[in-house]
Amino acid sequence: MTAPHDKDFESIEQHEHEHHIVSPRVYLTIVVILLVMTATTVGVSYIDMGLFNPVVALAIAAFKMILVVLFFMHVKYSTKLTKLTVISGLFTFLVLVGMTLSDYFTRAWGRW
Amino acid sequence: MSDSQAVSDSRIVVHGAAEGAHHEHLPYQRHHFETYAQQSDATNFAMWLFLLTEVMFFGGLFTAYLIYRNWYYPAFVQASHQLQIFWGTANTAVLITSSFTMAMGVWSAEMRKKGALVLCLVVTFILGLVFLGIKTIEYKEKIDKHHIPGFHYSMQSFTNPASDEEVYKEYHDKPLAVDMARHTEIYFFLYFAMTGMHALHMIIGIAILGFMIFRAQAGAYTTGHVTFVENFGLYWHFVDIIWIYLFPLLYLISRHQ
Repeated sequence: MTAPHDKDFESIEQHEHEHHIVSPRVYLTIVVILLVMTATTVGVSYIDMGLFNPVVALAIAAFKMILVVLFFMHVKYSTKLTKLTVISGLFTFLVLVGMTLSDYFTRAWGRW
Repeated sequence: MSDSQAVSDSRIVVHGAAEGAHHEHLPYQRHHFETYAQQSDATNFAMWLFLLTEVMFFGGLFTAYLIYRNWYYPAFVQASHQLQIFWGTANTAVLITSSFTMAMGVWSAEMRKKGALVLCLVVTFILGLVFLGIKTIEYKEKIDKHHIPGFHYSMQSFTNPASDEEVYKEYHDKPLAVDMARHTEIYFFLYFAMTGMHALHMIIGIAILGFMIFRAQAGAYTTGHVTFVENFGLYWHFVDIIWIYLFPLLYLISRHQ
């Protein structure tokens, strides 16, 4: 059947890939936090904070996203490969958007 | 613990024609994978790669929105006053709840609870439809006010805000000059592009959910092979995340000038 070195590989694999079942209690906690954060972001939008309104709104959105990704999408319990994929994807996204926006926002449009 | 038990009681061993060339595996394990764990990891990885392409796709729209909002700020502020925060908030709550029921669906599949899985999928399906229903109410209002970009676009609500009583009594916007007011059309273009593309993802998701409900009733996902439910869950949560960003950007951040 399987060669000994295959066996070793499998045991390593199995150790790393033990399938984790997230309990309903965790899901329930997360959904309550998400709903509370939604109420918070709406409430905060009625307060005039000038420049900080969008900053706070996006910070809350980012926090909600992290909760969804880690718990609903199981990334907290996933393999290192999945974690690396998600993080590098997000990083590339931020670089692309960040560079584009910094270019657009720092040009004197129509004044050259 | 219960997981390894769950796997072992369905270990129907598949023997190949040529003994020795085949290794023993679960019936739903593809032959070219060493283990089932390897197969589900590979599928999971592929799903995430697909979701990253989706992130880049929506990212383009978000970037366009931020650039134009920066350029035509007064137009974008006033145009966003046309959206009703009540409906936006309701839809956010609906979508977050549907993400929860979907997550519970994944749990039910993992625990091999067929009834619970079908129930979770049905509730998710209904909440998806509720979301689209609320979106229709909002779109209908834009149609009535001629806020659809195109030949029949009307900027009356922005050149003469007092004519739009509902919105005026809440925000008391000052009239915009015509050359700024016409840029509100770009706001609505991006509004429909972003929420429309999001709604299209919802429609596709709801269609797949409908298919999954029938398959789940036939017992397809409660055999220990939960990959399909799990990866659909990833898609559904991704669509939720897009809305988590659309909601503040379109509805909330422009309440104060």
